[in-house]
Amino acid sequence: MDYALAVDRLSIRFGKVQVLHELSFHVARGESLAIIGPNGAGKTVLFQALIGSLPSEGTIRWAPEVRIGYVPQKLDLDRDVPITGMDFLLARARLAGGVAADIAGILSLVGVPEEVSLAPIGTLSGGQFQRLLLAFALLGNPTVLLLDEPTAGVDEPGQRQLNELVRHLQEKQGLTVLFISHELSVVYQYADSVLCLGRKSTCFGPPRKILTPDLLTEIYGTPVEYHVHHD
Amino acid sequence: MIENLILSISVAIAAGLIGCFVVMRRMALAADALSHIALPGIGIALALHIHPIVGATTMLFFGALLVWAVDKKARVGTETVIGVLFSAALAIGSMMASGEQLVDALFGAAGVLTWPEILFGVAAATLVVGFVITNRSSLVVVLVSPDVARTAGINVQRLNLFYLETFALTIALGLRYLGVLLMGALIIIPAATAKRLAKDLTGMLVIAVLVAVSATVAGTWLAIWLHRETGPLIVTTAACLFLLSFLRK
Repeated sequence: MDYALAVDRLSIRFGKVQVLHELSFHVARGESLAIIGPNGAGKTVLFQALIGSLPSEGTIRWAPEVRIGYVPQKLDLDRDVPITGMDFLLARARLAGGVAADIAGILSLVGVPEEVSLAPIGTLSGGQFQRLLLAFALLGNPTVLLLDEPTAGVDEPGQRQLNELVRHLQEKQGLTVLFISHELSVVYQYADSVLCLGRKSTCFGPPRKILTPDLLTEIYGTPVEYHVHHD
Repeated sequence: MIENLILSISVAIAAGLIGCFVVMRRMALAADALSHIALPGIGIALALHIHPIVGATTMLFFGALLVWAVDKKARVGTETVIGVLFSAALAIGSMMASGEQLVDALFGAAGVLTWPEILFGVAAATLVVGFVITNRSSLVVVLVSPDVARTAGINVQRLNLFYLETFALTIALGLRYLGVLLMGALIIIPAATAKRLAKDLTGMLVIAVLVAVSATVAGTWLAIWLHRETGPLIVTTAACLFLLSFLRK
């Protein structure tokens, strides 16, 4: 199969704490992988290892010529730093050798009004900042998107809009998407496969096949209520 | 006189620009602390009868390298590492230099600048300005998120090293006429003023440079008029401009 990413026996430890242990999974090109698990299970740590920010053991193999767009969780930024959303996006456009004209189109695509992009980034709401980070990622013309709880802090209609946008981009541009989510209904709806990081065990496979109530209870350590959207 | 002014304006521009990123990266205290790393270098240079600027620049270079390496390895925070190094450097420096030499190094020495000093200063200031202008985009992205910066193809570790070295070089620049201690202030105060007033990044860079240059020119003029040392008057002027910035908003 044509893999965008193949991970084999990935282990990460911080001092004596083992965060991830011999984790193996793969993502085909154009596929969507959801990563679920309770807080502290190592989901964000996994993303940081995948982008090379954290040292790890095992193998992380990205397909050649892969371009990663990363949307992290809410960042700790001073409210009074005078860097606007536009400054941030212009920096990305310059680094990519792109033109500033792309920015207006991408801002409208992710639903950030122009006046919001001219405000200091520290003053943006969680949802606005997530959209800005997505715009930043898209400016790099990525082939893979890593989304760490991309709809956290976004209102209900906004969540749907962002999820649909990612699906649209995936269909149109053949993007591979890895996303961390606590919304099991979103996982069922948008993921081709799911990687569960539990406190004691892990699992990997198609969501409808592996996400049984018993397994979810085992992963989260408590019974999980969820509802499935049927297409 | 003219050459002194050219040097001090070059240094002010460099300090204003690098200061913006120092302030935005919450390293304001590190500017003062890092400046003390120059002291053992000055002591060694005086003992070996070489120019103090050579000793200070060398020590700052290795100090910045050490800060970078320890921070990368230990992940305890740049500010913490600089804090430890600063105390050690101050202790060693005070053992190696006399009280008078120490005061000169901290607050700047009076006297006429030589041509090699002026050329070193202007060349180093040009290097600092060039670094900030050419790496502006990368510095902004790393400031927002080093992880995002990595996925944008930025070598974050290398950029951090160059940034720390440029920061250290800027401090070395002020050694001869401002003193290392007051140089830390010329890096921080204009940038802090600009951070209060600016609406975007370009605005901040421009305001910081304007404040640094205005304070330098006005301070130099006041020093001549009042027959006082230049360094403290430049920093006092900059501090007054910072206080004036509170009139807005």
